[in-house]
Amino acid sequence: MHNYLDFEKPIAELEGKIEELRHLTSDGELNIADEVSKLQGKVDKLLRQTYGKLSPWQKTQIARHPDRPHAVHYIETLIEDFTPLAGDRAFAEDRAIVGGLGRFRGSSVVVIGTEKGADTEGRVAHNFGMARPEGYRKAIRLMEMADRFKLPVITLVDTPGAYPGVDAEARGQAEAIARCIETCFSLKVPLVSVIIGEGGSGGAMALASANTVLMLEHAIYSVISPEGCASILWRDGEQSKVAAEALKLTAEDLLKLGIIEAIIAEPLGGAHRSPETMQASVGEAIAGALKGLGALDGGVLRTRRRERFLKIGSAARD
Amino acid sequence: MNWLKNIVRPKLKQLVGGQKDIPDNLWQKCPNCAEMNFHRDLENNFQVCPHCGHHLRLSASDRLKMLFDEGEYQSIELMASEIDPLKFRDRRKYTDRLKEAKSKTGLEDALTVAHGRMGGINVVVAALDFSFMGGSMGVAVGEGLISAARLAIVQDAPLIVVPSSGGARMQEGILSLMQMARTTIAVEEVKDAGLPYIVVLTDPTTGGVSASFAMLGDVAIAETGAVIGFAGARVIEQTIREKLPEGFQRAEYLLDHGMVDMVVRRHDLRATLIRVIGLLINTSPAADVLAISASGRGSLEDES
Repeated sequence: MHNYLDFEKPIAELEGKIEELRHLTSDGELNIADEVSKLQGKVDKLLRQTYGKLSPWQKTQIARHPDRPHAVHYIETLIEDFTPLAGDRAFAEDRAIVGGLGRFRGSSVVVIGTEKGADTEGRVAHNFGMARPEGYRKAIRLMEMADRFKLPVITLVDTPGAYPGVDAEARGQAEAIARCIETCFSLKVPLVSVIIGEGGSGGAMALASANTVLMLEHAIYSVISPEGCASILWRDGEQSKVAAEALKLTAEDLLKLGIIEAIIAEPLGGAHRSPETMQASVGEAIAGALKGLGALDGGVLRTRRRERFLKIGSAARD
Repeated sequence: MNWLKNIVRPKLKQLVGGQKDIPDNLWQKCPNCAEMNFHRDLENNFQVCPHCGHHLRLSASDRLKMLFDEGEYQSIELMASEIDPLKFRDRRKYTDRLKEAKSKTGLEDALTVAHGRMGGINVVVAALDFSFMGGSMGVAVGEGLISAARLAIVQDAPLIVVPSSGGARMQEGILSLMQMARTTIAVEEVKDAGLPYIVVLTDPTTGGVSASFAMLGDVAIAETGAVIGFAGARVIEQTIREKLPEGFQRAEYLLDHGMVDMVVRRHDLRATLIRVIGLLINTSPAADVLAISASGRGSLEDES
C-alpha cells in the first residue's frame, strides 16, 4: 500500500474506496467494475491537479518519499553485471555511498550513488544517505579508476547532506568533500549526474560536479535543507515551507538558473507510483547524455566540465 | 588577456592607513580570558590578546597589511556580480542585508583580492572578511576567487587564500552552492599552472568554504585556535546528540588529526608563508624572484 503525503489525503480516500470495492468484486456485482473505473478516473484527475501545481515544500516531501526509488533501484534495473566495490583503502567501507563497475547498455561504466536505504534496517546501514569522509574517498577512488580505464562515470545523487558527526569531522569531512569535487574536475571521461531525490548541499555537490546534470521532476537540489534554512534565517523551524519557496530548489527553478541540463519527467503522482517507468526514463536520459559526451576527447571533456560551472555565475549576471 | 582588461582593473587604493576609523570602544574585552585590552595594544599585537594569546578576528584589510612587505599592496577591483539573483527574502530582504554589510564594512563583498610582495616575492592574496555577512560565499566571492586565481597565473605568482567564513551564503541558494565547484576549478587552474596554492585557515572556516577551496591547499596553515570544520558544532550537537570533545574543530585538533600541516601564531604567519613559498618555488630570495614578478606585473602597472 502507498504511503500518502499530507496533501494527498483526498487521493488516499478515493484509492481507499477503490481498494474496498475491489475486495467486493468476488461477489460478482456488475456495477462494481464501472464504479471502480469511475473512481479511478477521479483519482487520475485529482493526481493531475495536485501534481500539476506542487509547491516547493510539497516537492521536498515527494523527493524524500519513503517509497521513492533510490540509487540501488536504478542500479538494479539499469546496470548489468553490477559489481559493487567497497572501501576507501584507508579507514572503512561507507554504505551511504554505493558504487562499482557495471554495464550500461552494453558498455562498461563506473556507477556511484548516495543510498538512503529502503526500510529501517537499510536506512541505518546506509546512514540515511549521509556519507562520511570514507564514502567520498571511496567515490574518489572509483572515479580515478574510471579515469584510468576510460570508463564513463554515472552518479546518482540522493542525500540529505554529508553526515554531521564528530567522527566525520575528525577524519576530515570538509577535506574529503573538497577533494571529491576536485577529482570530478580532473576526470578525462564523461561524468553524468542525476539528482534522483534529494540533492543536499556539499554532500550532493561532491558527486554532481559533472558534464551533464539531470534532475527528476520532483527532486530538489539546494545549498541547505528548507528546515535548516528556516531555523537559521527565520529562527523558526516552522517556516520551512516559506524557506523552500525562497531557496528555489525545484528542478524547474534550477533549469532556469542554468544549474541543470534537463528535467526527467516523473510518472503521474511521482516516481514511487511507477518505479519501472521512472527507471526506464532515467536510463533513456543517461544514455542520451552519454551519447553526446562519448565522442569527445578526454581533455575537451574536462575543459567543458569546468567551463560549464564557470559559466553558471556569469549566467546569473546577464 | 581580455578578461584582465575587462574584469581586473587594478586600482591603486590608498589602503595603507586609509580610512582608519576611530574605535567606538577604546577598551575591548577579550572573548577568551575576559581581560580588558586597550585598542592600541591589540592593534600593535595583531589583534592577539596580550594576556592569553587568544587570536581575535582580523579584518581583510588588517590581514593584508600584516602579510605584505611594508604593509603595501594593491587590491584589485572585482567584477560586480548580480545582486540578489534569487530575489531572496527571509525576515528581511537580502538586498537590505547586503546594503547594511556594505556600509558597516566599507567593502563591496566578503572577499578582497590583492597583490604585492612578500619577502620580495610577488604574490596574490585573497582574504575573506568575517564581518561581511559572516564571510559567506556567494557569487561575488566565487567570482573573486576565480579572478584571484587568474591574476596569480598571469603574474606567475603563488596564490595565498585566507578564509574566514561560516560557509555558503544561503540567500543566494543554489548559486552559493555552485561556488564550491567554481572555486575548486579556480584552485585547479593555479595548480595546473604549477604555482603554489597556500591556504591560511583562520577563525572560522566552516561549511561550503571549508569543503571546497579552503581544504585544497598544497600547504594548509591553520592560525592558532581557529575553528575549522565542515558542520557547525551546534548542528552536530543537535542532530546527532553527541557530546563534543574538548578543543573539537580547533586548529590544534585538526593538526592532531592530520588535516593541516601546521598551526601558526599570527606573529609568525608572515615569516612562515615567506619561507614555505620560497621553498616551494625553490628560489633564493631577491634576484630570481624579482625577475619573475617584474615581467608578470608589467602589463598591470601600465594601466594603473
